[in-house]
Amino acid sequence: MSADTRPLALIADDDPDYLEQMRLWFEREGFEVAAAGSELEARTLLRRRRPDVAVVDLMMERLDAGFTLAHAVKQTDPAIPVLLITGVTAETGLDFEATSPEGRPWIKADAVLAKPVRFEQVRRELERLGVRRG
Amino acid sequence: MADPAGVLTVLAADDEPGIRTGIARALRDLRVTAGAEGAEWSLRVEEAADGAATLERLERGGVDVLLLDHGMPLATGMDVLAALHGRDDAPLTVMVTAYGTLEMAVQATKEGAHDFLAKPFTPAELRATVAKAVRHLAAAREARRLAAEKRRVRFEFLSVLAHELKAPLGAVEGYLRLLQDGVLADDPEGAARAVERSLARLGGMRKLIFDLLDLTRIESGQKARELQDVDLAVLAAEALDTVRPAADARGLRLDLGIEGDVILRADPGEQRIVLNNLLTNAVKYNRDGGEVRVRLEGGADAVRLRVADTGIGMNEEEVGRLFGEFVRIRNERTRGIEGSGLGLSIVRRLARLHGGDVAVASRPDAGSEFTVTLPREVPA
Repeated sequence: MSADTRPLALIADDDPDYLEQMRLWFEREGFEVAAAGSELEARTLLRRRRPDVAVVDLMMERLDAGFTLAHAVKQTDPAIPVLLITGVTAETGLDFEATSPEGRPWIKADAVLAKPVRFEQVRRELERLGVRRG
Repeated sequence: MADPAGVLTVLAADDEPGIRTGIARALRDLRVTAGAEGAEWSLRVEEAADGAATLERLERGGVDVLLLDHGMPLATGMDVLAALHGRDDAPLTVMVTAYGTLEMAVQATKEGAHDFLAKPFTPAELRATVAKAVRHLAAAREARRLAAEKRRVRFEFLSVLAHELKAPLGAVEGYLRLLQDGVLADDPEGAARAVERSLARLGGMRKLIFDLLDLTRIESGQKARELQDVDLAVLAAEALDTVRPAADARGLRLDLGIEGDVILRADPGEQRIVLNNLLTNAVKYNRDGGEVRVRLEGGADAVRLRVADTGIGMNEEEVGRLFGEFVRIRNERTRGIEGSGLGLSIVRRLARLHGGDVAVASRPDAGSEFTVTLPREVPA
């Protein structure tokens, strides 16, 4: 079999259904998917291969797992786009803007999307960030 | 040493300097123990020489107890009371008067005075009156604090509940969108899985809502308890039948052992909920090919129900949090196991409602054993 030439999407979410849906959608969009059910698993995958895009859920085994994982991705290569997915904004009213002057220095994500994620929105963000498509 | 938070400000409003000095001296060393925590309160006395100065000082706030002379120049005690009327930050007011009449007392009470002190008064009388006022204040503060705590707990419960309901809702919505957008059009297996998973998540939501209803009924005491002679052996056998399909799917052995007399006066509905929750957990958190052991032990004073599994177990920290609401132990081993996070909190409430309790012993990777103790004498 020839080497996979599809772009690689690293997806991390501790909810198996959200993970599965993202996997199905990204594969349909022509990506190869590396799916991780925890921050630990994602870090292991990250050490093995460099993804073309990372989609990380904010709350996994720890409440801020997404922040630290996004940071780890950017440490691997600052050029890898990171989409941070979060379910917290609606419940807590807590709002953070990845691109605002206050948010930018500590949130290592290029976009923050609220759960449940609209796939259209993901597609728009991927286009905006210039992610290579399969 | 008095707690620094327990210092109250007393304003002595009187046009006679001798009275003001006397009040300050009498209250200087007074310590009042009050409130649920048994906190010690001490007093700081400030003075005001006429009605205008009194109003000005009250305007700045921070006065807890006002010792108010009835006959001051510039504004009488009644004028001050009228000015304070209905204000949230009004101090607790003790009217001090030399010519106490019933009429005045009625009028002052209408205007919000808390108590009276007749002139001339002894230092002991003053201290007793002020101590009474302090105890009243401490009780009011305690009540406010408890009400605020209750609101906070309620809010927290609701926000966690909202989150727990949102997660499955979003998961189902996501699968439906994948189906709607045709992402699964050429993938019948994927489509079937999407439907299956959606149904599973909806089932989880239903369980959560039912648990919530159980919890609400227990909490509000609305559900009348139906005490009757209940054979726990029969209920346990029923509950085992309920979980048998799930246990078979994982190759789990179910074992029921009974010792002594396990018939007791109880509400069968409550005991069914207890058994179902414990057995469902024992199946969910087990390892494939493991075992669930149910033991019923009838003692002289109580019946003990033990449910043991050979599953993933918990460490001490996890055991400590286990019976709280919406507590779900999240780690590598529990990933993908669904639950409402209310089951064990319900078990504990029901066990305590019966006058008993629930305990757990657990070792990581070895298993957990839950023991519910149900006294034979049920509290009324």
